[in-house]
Amino acid sequence: MRILALAGRRLAASLPTLLLILVGVFLLLQFAPGDTVDAMMAQMGGGDAATARQLRRFYGLDLSVPAQLGNYLWRLVRLDLGFSSIYGKPVATVIAERLPATILLMTAALSFAFFFGLVLGVVAARGVGRWPDTLISTLGLVFYATPSFWFGLMAIVVFSIYLQWLPAGGLEDITTAGTGIWRTIDIARHLVLPTLTLGLIFLAIYLRIMRASMLEVLNLDFVRTARSKGLDETRVVVRHVLRNALLPMVTLIGLQAGTMLGGSVVVESVFSLPGLGRLAYESVIQRDLNTLLGIVFVSALLVIAVNFVVDLVYARLDPRITTGT
Amino acid sequence: MPEVLRDYLRSPPAVIGLALLLLVIAMAASAGWLFPRDPLALAGRPLVWPFQNPRFWLGTDNSGRDIAAQIFHGARISLLIGLVATAIAIAIGVVIGAVAGYCGGAVDTILMRVTEAFQTLPNFLLLLVLVVVFGSTITTVTIAIGVVSWPAPARLTRAEFLSLRNREFVQAGRVLGLRDARLIFGEILPNALPPVIVYASVVMAVAILLESALAFLRLSDPNVASWGNLIGLGRDVLRVQWYVSAVPGIAILVTVLAVSLVGQGLNDALNPRLKRR
Repeated sequence: MRILALAGRRLAASLPTLLLILVGVFLLLQFAPGDTVDAMMAQMGGGDAATARQLRRFYGLDLSVPAQLGNYLWRLVRLDLGFSSIYGKPVATVIAERLPATILLMTAALSFAFFFGLVLGVVAARGVGRWPDTLISTLGLVFYATPSFWFGLMAIVVFSIYLQWLPAGGLEDITTAGTGIWRTIDIARHLVLPTLTLGLIFLAIYLRIMRASMLEVLNLDFVRTARSKGLDETRVVVRHVLRNALLPMVTLIGLQAGTMLGGSVVVESVFSLPGLGRLAYESVIQRDLNTLLGIVFVSALLVIAVNFVVDLVYARLDPRITTGT
Repeated sequence: MPEVLRDYLRSPPAVIGLALLLLVIAMAASAGWLFPRDPLALAGRPLVWPFQNPRFWLGTDNSGRDIAAQIFHGARISLLIGLVATAIAIAIGVVIGAVAGYCGGAVDTILMRVTEAFQTLPNFLLLLVLVVVFGSTITTVTIAIGVVSWPAPARLTRAEFLSLRNREFVQAGRVLGLRDARLIFGEILPNALPPVIVYASVVMAVAILLESALAFLRLSDPNVASWGNLIGLGRDVLRVQWYVSAVPGIAILVTVLAVSLVGQGLNDALNPRLKRR
């Protein structure tokens, strides 16, 4: 219960941050050349000034900027993100359609990066200075420097074009629309390459942090105590070191949530996945500012939500946190 | 300084990083001399494979432009954007972090809230918003990358200031009647700067990656020879002529690797205590 209260307080503290982001981006978008009505008129193939004026009045775009901002925030409170003229649907609907793919991709990439980062970090730390460590650390450095979109393209060349093992894009195969387990397998097959592509840079970061924090914890007194009790090395690592070494990794998830969401813009574009990131890219190309603002809002919410979960996990791993405050 | 240099040269990864970085700098420097023509001008038949025609040893792209020329001129663009964006990010970050850490109290709270807002919003998304609003010339893209990259250096500077602001030499300065600006920039900053400078290598690596991602999505300046642009172009012919995308990607990889290796080498050389781990 104490944990929840603490995390809840952190959550409440992020409300001003959210407001700051929304107001900032809203004001910033006022400087954008062209507004929603311009985009609609272009979509309709042009129109006269009277129609434009009428549309602007209809969407409340003829009001002063503070009034528009007030309107926008008031609608947000009621979870109304406005209307996307490009998609002809409410922004909330458009985003809700795209959100599952992104959450699926992010969860998969995070799990991949976290699990392999952990394993490789432990292996590297156990053999510090010897060839497994050198090999893993070098791989980490190279992965960190690899542009994700380029890795994605090269993976498509190798696995989709030459070997033809995996599909090159999309979320599922519409020609063989299966149900149940077959559909799940199909989606999983489509997500393999995007997951690797998005997760690669985070794998590099996690393994580096895991290695460093393992090395630090392995030198602490309680590990020596555990060893002198006669525990074998595996037990020492799994039962005693891992839990303590995991703390920096967990912190990192919260810090990197935003970066990962940003990375999904590029990865979803490479693999033409119908996700939030691709929607962001499309709304930039089509100047659909309402949708873009909606995406900013939802992304910020997502990052805050991830951090909330991270707080809970962290408190569970480290009981001192709850007694401290 | 010679001691730091000796420490630096003793680490093989740091030396490799330095060599790679010098190679990229040499490419950027010699671009105008080796490839005096406009790298974006048509040079020959399109889609010539590498090592087929001695005139285009890295081949030509979809529209018949020399890939080698674009790689060499692209080194200039990447280094330029990386350096300028990093300078902007570090400058903003240092000022905000220094003021927040020095003043404390309400000023600190407000500045840290703003920093938090920038960190909560995915930086690539903010970059997209900035490009929508201000357009995508090379100047605006560089400034935009700088503007989205300052929060981490700001936090680092603030942490340094918090630990330095009550040391004896600062208190002595205060007793002497030095003004706040003088204390911040003349006394504390020089002591707080080394870790921030080392961190600049991370900012620069990320800046180069951000620009190439933006260019790949065709949201950067199309009128400069950028590696990301070339990868984006190559995507159209990926099925057969994959080398158009592959070659510039290797250039980005090498550059980012070089920058991070040099940064890590500097870090280890400046903190000999950490190196023994």
